[in-house]
Amino acid sequence: MAYYSTNEFRAGMKVLLDGDPCSILDNEFVKPGKGQAFNRVKLRNLKTGRQWERTFKSGESLEGADVMDRAMEYLYTDGEFWYFMESDTFEQHQADAAAVGDSHLWLKENEKCDVTLYNGAPLSVVPPNFVDLEIVETDPGLKGDTATGGSKPAKLSTGAVVKVPLFLTTGEVIRVDTRTGEYQSRASKS
Amino acid sequence: MQWQPTADIESIRERAELLARLRQFFANRTVLEVETPLLCRSGITDPSIEPLIVPRGDSPGQPRFLQTSPEYAMKRLLAAFGEPIYQISKAFRNGEAGSRHNPEFSLLEWYRPGFDHHRLMDEVADLVRCCLGELPLRKYSYRQLFHEHLQLDPFTAPIAELEKTARRHLDPGSLSGDRDMWLDLLMSHVLEPQLGNEDISFIYDYPASQAALSRVVYADGVWVAQRFELYVEGIELANGYCELIDAQEQRQRFERDNVLRLERGQCERPLDERLLAALAHGVPDCSGVALGIDRLLMLVTGATDIKDVLAFDWERS
Repeated sequence: MAYYSTNEFRAGMKVLLDGDPCSILDNEFVKPGKGQAFNRVKLRNLKTGRQWERTFKSGESLEGADVMDRAMEYLYTDGEFWYFMESDTFEQHQADAAAVGDSHLWLKENEKCDVTLYNGAPLSVVPPNFVDLEIVETDPGLKGDTATGGSKPAKLSTGAVVKVPLFLTTGEVIRVDTRTGEYQSRASKS
Repeated sequence: MQWQPTADIESIRERAELLARLRQFFANRTVLEVETPLLCRSGITDPSIEPLIVPRGDSPGQPRFLQTSPEYAMKRLLAAFGEPIYQISKAFRNGEAGSRHNPEFSLLEWYRPGFDHHRLMDEVADLVRCCLGELPLRKYSYRQLFHEHLQLDPFTAPIAELEKTARRHLDPGSLSGDRDMWLDLLMSHVLEPQLGNEDISFIYDYPASQAALSRVVYADGVWVAQRFELYVEGIELANGYCELIDAQEQRQRFERDNVLRLERGQCERPLDERLLAALAHGVPDCSGVALGIDRLLMLVTGATDIKDVLAFDWERS
């Protein structure tokens, strides 16, 4: 891969830092009128998700990282790996638990996800912002109780547990915001 | 194709008004406006400043340097006439681009024969108030600033302690360098953002290794450079000196710069022999300061990016 100098750093660029692929979020040139020049760079480690600032001497360079974002369809899991398929080429990829992380709680078969590939292998998986999932286990619903605002835990088909209003029952399909893990609404049944 | 200006018409009007105000300020004080060449035969030796160079052509038989500041030429005027002078001009620094830097920028530089750096700081404060309104003035010595904010002595602390302090406040990765690099890092990343919060903050009396073109004196057991910097709202606005006027010492500093440049893998720069000759002839005791007009305009308009106060920034020039 090519090397990039601090003055070429741009938001969105992917570089290798301390052995990990990182995404550059921001690059600020810092220089006292009389004194040495630095670049304060905001980065996100694409493996761990950690976001932080690192300061470099201006003119230092980093190796580019072979990182690509791809829209893929989630197929299934065999317990050890999660399988995805590129929508246009039908090429399949297997992602391990480290790459999938907590996203496995929101993976629904045949849903489109954003998969980040690093050196051709899945590095991270971002589910759609909203997914519709079935409640497989919850306390019996309190019919008609739509006003008290109370909530109870409900286990979904993916294994995720979310707080839902008291009136919902097992077998119903709900819409969840995967970024916060919060219940949004009842899903219109299809 | 983005042909439109990066500044809006209000900022362009504010610039015109600011320039008129600056000229009035100096007219009231009978400081003479001067103009010196932008294309110079000699470049600056300072290892941390890189000039833009116009290559050899028909008119310049040799490559010429776009000035990084009008300092050398103005000192030659001081040697010749000894009068207080100011200049508003463009200056150029290669590779300096960011939200507070544009490789081509506007500088206000002035010299006051008979002033020490403290008296000049007072005049700088008057000028800043004339542009930004009544703000209280605060002065810290460099030593006091590091002591109060970081509990360390920038003149005597071992490099390892500077590095440790820096690592407590930020992530410098595998950064390594001399004492001044760590001091610059602490200054620019940790201290600067806290300076000039609703006031005009001067930092003065720098370590001798950061003297640039200022006089160095021995005080409180250490060598200090009679240099100052001005900060307003965390922005470095001006840099001034009680000027070094000793030709011999000036030559030594130029030569030391060149040694440092070679050590850092940079090319040597020819010395400005005309400046050295002027110093040998005699420049009056004086103080001088350079102030970034674009940054002052950022403070006037509240802009957070320098491109918002430039008609066309570097990308669109």
